[in-house]
Parts: sequence; structure tokens; C-alpha cells
Amino acid sequence: MIWLTWRQFRGQAWVASATLVVMAVALTLTGLHLGHMFGISGIATCHTRGDCASVSTTFINQVQANSTYKVFNTGMVILYGAPALIGIFWGAPLVSREFEAGTFRLAWNQSVTRTRWLAAKLALLGLAAIVTTGLLSLMLSWWASPIYRAAALADGSNGGAGPNHLDPLLFGASGIAPVGYAAFAFALGVTLGALIRRTIPAMAATLAVFAAALLTMSLWIRPRLVTPAHMISALNPANIDGVNIQAGGRMLLTAAVSKPSGLVVSSQIIDTSGRVFTGPPTQACESATASFQACSASIARLNLRQLVSYQPASRYWMFQWYETAIFLGLGLALAAFCFWWIGRRRLS
Amino acid sequence: MIEFHLDARSGVAPYLQIIQQVRRALRLGTLTVGDQLPTVKDVVAALAINPNTVLKAYRELEYEGLAAAKPGVGTFVTATLNDGSLAYGPLRRDLERWLAKARQAGLDDESIEALYRDTFRSASKEKAI
Amino acid sequence: MTILETRALGKRYRHRWALTGCTLSIPAGHVVGLVGPNGAGKTTLLNLATGLLAPTAGTIEVLGEPPASGPAQLARVGFVAQDPPTYAGLSVADHLRLGAHLNPTWDAALARDRIDRIGLDLVQRAGKLSGGQRAQLALTLAICKQPELLILDEPIASLDPLARREFLQGLMEFTASHQASVIMSSHLMADLERVCDYLIVLVGSQVRMAGEVEDLLGTHRLLTGPRRDPCTYPADWHVLTASHTDRQTTLLVRTDSDIHDPAWAVDEVGLEDLVLAYMSQSSKAEPGPAPREEVQR
Repeated sequence: MIWLTWRQFRGQAWVASATLVVMAVALTLTGLHLGHMFGISGIATCHTRGDCASVSTTFINQVQANSTYKVFNTGMVILYGAPALIGIFWGAPLVSREFEAGTFRLAWNQSVTRTRWLAAKLALLGLAAIVTTGLLSLMLSWWASPIYRAAALADGSNGGAGPNHLDPLLFGASGIAPVGYAAFAFALGVTLGALIRRTIPAMAATLAVFAAALLTMSLWIRPRLVTPAHMISALNPANIDGVNIQAGGRMLLTAAVSKPSGLVVSSQIIDTSGRVFTGPPTQACESATASFQACSASIARLNLRQLVSYQPASRYWMFQWYETAIFLGLGLALAAFCFWWIGRRRLS
Repeated sequence: MIEFHLDARSGVAPYLQIIQQVRRALRLGTLTVGDQLPTVKDVVAALAINPNTVLKAYRELEYEGLAAAKPGVGTFVTATLNDGSLAYGPLRRDLERWLAKARQAGLDDESIEALYRDTFRSASKEKAI
Repeated sequence: MTILETRALGKRYRHRWALTGCTLSIPAGHVVGLVGPNGAGKTTLLNLATGLLAPTAGTIEVLGEPPASGPAQLARVGFVAQDPPTYAGLSVADHLRLGAHLNPTWDAALARDRIDRIGLDLVQRAGKLSGGQRAQLALTLAICKQPELLILDEPIASLDPLARREFLQGLMEFTASHQASVIMSSHLMADLERVCDYLIVLVGSQVRMAGEVEDLLGTHRLLTGPRRDPCTYPADWHVLTASHTDRQTTLLVRTDSDIHDPAWAVDEVGLEDLVLAYMSQSSKAEPGPAPREEVQR
């Protein structure tokens, strides 16, 4: 079974290997350049001089302006794309192509049971998926480590420049989460291929379901997976970005969040007693002729506070493990379903 | 070693055709005592017929005393039918005379063959009974 | 030993029964022909026998075990599906390697020998082979694992006469050399007459006739005689077809006893005509007599 799995997987394996090699070369070359930039930025010795925040910010700005940053973005795209492509090109055709071509009648009448056939393919290709994505993530993390180090030091001074590990876009392209995605996408592809039995529809369905799952996780589930931490700080009038005056003497305020670094779940303006501030509007804000500065100044005198619910950046690895476990678990459940479905003998 | 052929349209059962061809070979001297008959495997590989057909033919030949099977080796000829073509002389002449009579009576080739076959069959049936 | 044993086997797809009440007991050592019109249930029966389908009703045993019940049983049964499927991207040599890796009973020498004789190029991809060559490749894969039973689903329907003949030659050679049994479904009576010594006729999802060819030919007769009333027929006659003109009656009859009435002209029935007679019986009619218990030779 090992030989057959390899022989049927050969083409895809070459593509994956080539991609890894190209990525490795590109990342190594640009990474060395990045490392050089990091070296001359003085961040390594900034603690002795006490100017960490400023040199880090400068470094990050330099990097973002530099064309090597494109490599980072490309790497992220590839790292998101890899699980999806694995699901579409390794997973979906696995069983559906056998049905379409009728070759399951050949494969399942050798002296190997279907269960063994499926087990070998799932195990070997699943392993390849995990290894490929793991390597990709490792390479990208190595490349971006100077940037993250600088970002940690630059934190907070001017609105949190630099990449935030829990940022939804970055989270799924770093650490071990992509490995979980890859395992899930692969198992999803195989399952949909077994159910739908036609390759192109199975590929499309795999892409759709995988994308939906990823979006659901990053937008709704992940922020609520662990009870967020709370931080109450005095409301900085400079952060107010919305004053909404409604009938009935209500004024609703929204403000941007400047601290802390991490994933913001929600932000509310509260008064000294801890309730959400709903008004009444100050005179300066109600008047049609007063300036925005006057309105903000009047709000400042109200001694309001900002309640931020957030996931601290320090929880990054906790979330990574949780998320990987969830997706691996889903992948295993789908694999178990596949065994059951294919063993059902309703297939002619 | 002889080769068999099969006439699928002749109306004669395949196993009988094989027997007939063996007997003909024996008569003509193509097969003599001690010769090996083609293996079942070779016959079916050439003719694409059921092996049991060949087995049945060979068993029939064994029963008639013309061949004997050696397990693991093959089937070999044990007797011959070749008793000289001289004995056929008188029979041949009788037949020629009959043919001349049939032509005179106005029968064409087809009718002659049909008449012969019909008579032959009913005579064989009577003989069997 | 029976190669195929079914009891009231049935398979239903949604609302339609593809196969019903199928009871067979086929002894080993035969080449079995499975005949019937399209949609009669032949592929269904063969898929049940190879374990690709599970029965809706009844039971089925192949070589004494449930179909595809494990690697050992799978090794004893070879299957060549309709329009024999092969991996278009894999070469002939790859297919042989597939067979060698997935079958512990694989005979590599036999495989090489067959491929040589068929004249296939080892490097050529299966997708580039002709229909006949693909059929031969599929047959090679099924044969070289040395099964006790070969099941073939209309393997040669779409082949030219030469390819068909070569396929059957290879099949019969294997049958002879390994004492294997074969169950083969086909439309082509000429081929079946050459190679089959046991016949199953499947019409309208039911078995209409099953038995050894010799037995079937020996018990069916075509009777021609003066016009007769059906109630005058002897009780042990089973009349398959009857046609009457104002003067003459022609009957196709199945009977164990001899025909003594001199008014009847008795002829033997060819296998093709026999099968056609069974196939033309209305599917709503009561199925033919239960398949006879075959006496072991």
C-alpha cells in the first residue's frame, strides 16, 4: 500500500517539494538581508541606551517600506493557501477520482481491504500534509522573528506599530495553527470526495467549507474561546472617534483602543460607577456650532473610563494549542466518518 | 503433436469434433501409438473453449481404448485405427457407383449431401437404439 | 464446494428491486455464463458477489465465505469490472507492481509471461492502450493473484472479434492451468456457447434458469406437430413458448422424459434459441422452475 500511495501521490509530492524549496531559497536570501538590517538597527543593544521603543519603531517602518516585506506577505498567503490547496488537491481527489474513473473496482478487489487501503492513504498523505505545512510555518516564523522582536519592543508608543501575534490575519499563518488547518482541510477533502464522488464538485465544496470554518473560527470562536481579560483605563479624549447623539437625551461614544497589544474583543465607555455611559449629552456636544475639540474637552471633564475586553498577546501560544487541537480533532472525526462511510458497501 | 480446430457452426458438439479429429489423425497416421495428445491447457489456449470439453473428449477416447492419461504428464495414444487404405478400395468404388446413380436421377450436389446426411443420421440413431 | 451460494438474495435501490428472490448454488469447476437483457440485474449480482454492494435481503456466500470478508477471501476472488477500469496515468509495469504489492499470492513469472504473450509495452501508460489491451491488462491483474474464482462483468462487450478471441483464450488457459472457476456475464451468445458449461439466465431481476449447459440442452426440445390443445399435453411438460397456426403447433418444451408420441417431430434446441426463449418470457410471468440441484460430478 505504501508503494501505491506514493505512486499515486508522486505528482503532488513533487509540487509540494518544489514549493518548499523555492520558499526556502527566497526566505533564506531575504531573511539574511533582514537579519543584517536588524543588526545595524541597534535594537540588540538598545537596552543599554534606553531607546528601544524608538529604534524598534524605526526598524519596523524601514522593513515595511522595504520590498522584502512583500516576501512576508507572500509567505502569509502561501501559508494560508497551503492547507486549502492540500484539502483541494490532495484530499478531494483521493476517493472521488477512484469513483469517477471506476478504478475503485480495481483497487478494492486486490487482497487489501478497503479499510486498510483508506488507512494507508489517510496516514501517509495526512503526515505529508502536516510536515509540509509545519515546515512552511517554521520557515516563515524564522524569517519574521526580527520583526516580531522589534514589535514587542516598539509596543504602545504610537498606536502599536508592527505585527501583533493575535491579529486574526497573522494568527493563522504562524505557529502550529496551520498544521491543524492542513490536517482538517485534508480530512475534509477526503470526506467530501467520498460523499460527492465527483472530483471538481468535491474540490469546490472543500474550498467553501474550509474557508467558512476558518472564518468562523477566527472571527467568532477564537476571541471567545478563553474568557477575555479586562482593562479599565481613563478615557483619553484624543481616542474618541465617534459621538452619536440620539433623541431622548442619549449620547453614545466610541473610542479607539490604544493599549494593550493583543486581540481586542470589545471596548466600552463606562462611567465612574461602572455602567455604560449613555448620556446625557454635554452642552458643547449638543450645540451645532461648537467645535469637535470643545465637545471632546467637555467629555474629558466627565471622568469617563474605557473598559477593554481583550486577549493578551501573552496568550498567543495557548490559543495556538487550543486551535490546533480543535482542528486536529475535527480532522480525526472526519477521518473516522470516512472509514465508516466507505465501509458501508452501497457503492457500485 | 497435432492441432485441433473447431467449427462452431457445424452443429456437431465441440467434444465430438475433437474426438473425430483425433480419430482422423490416427487413421491418416499423423498420430501413432505413444504420441502425446495436446495438453488441455494448450487446446483451450488455442481454441478458447471450456477445459471440461477437452476433458470429456479425452475421457471418451480413453473409454474407447484409444488413449490413456498419465497423471501429471499428459494423455498419450495407446491404439491406432490405421489399418491400411487398401481396405477402403471396394468401399470407395461402391460409393462412386452410387454417386453416378444419384447424378443420373437428377440430384444436384446439395441434394446428394442432404440425402447422405439424413440417411447417415437415421442409421446412426437406429444403431444407437 | 460451491463457488456461489445465494438464498433469496435481493437488492433494492430506493424504490426498485434490481434483484429479487435469487437462489443459486453453483458448484466449483465450471465456467458460468450469466445472461440477460440490460437492466436485468447481472451487474448487481456480480457486485454483490465481489462485496462492492451489500444485500438488502437474503444471503450470499462466495467460496463459502461472505464476499470481501477479509484479505484472505479477497485473494481468492479475482474481478474484472465492466469496461475494465485501469489507472490511466500508471504504466503497464506500474499496474503489475500494484498487483505484486497488494496481493501476497501474486505470481510475477506468470505476469511477465502473459504480458510478453499479449505483447504489451511495459512503459506505456494504460490510458494510451487500446480497449482490447486494457481488457487484457485487467485480466492479467485478476489472474496473476491466482484466484480460485474469477468474476467478469461483460469484459469483452466493446471489443473487436480478434481482441475478444484473445481475451477468451487467455481466460481459458488460466482456467485450465489453475483449475479455477469463472463467472462471466455477457451478451454475446456465441462466446458463451464456446466457453460456458453452466448457464444462468436473469430476466427482470429474477433468475429464470440455472443449470449445466449439457443438462439444459438435454432436457429442452423443440416439438412440431399438428395443431393441439394445451390441455392435451402431458403433465411433466413445461412449455416455454408455444406458437400456433391453424394447422400446426410449435412448442419449446422442458421435460425429463422422452417424447413417445409419434405425431411430434422432435428437434434439439440450440443454446442461443433456448436463452432467447427464456429471455422473451414476460417478466411479470411466474419465474421458471426452480434451478435444479446439480449433482456433483
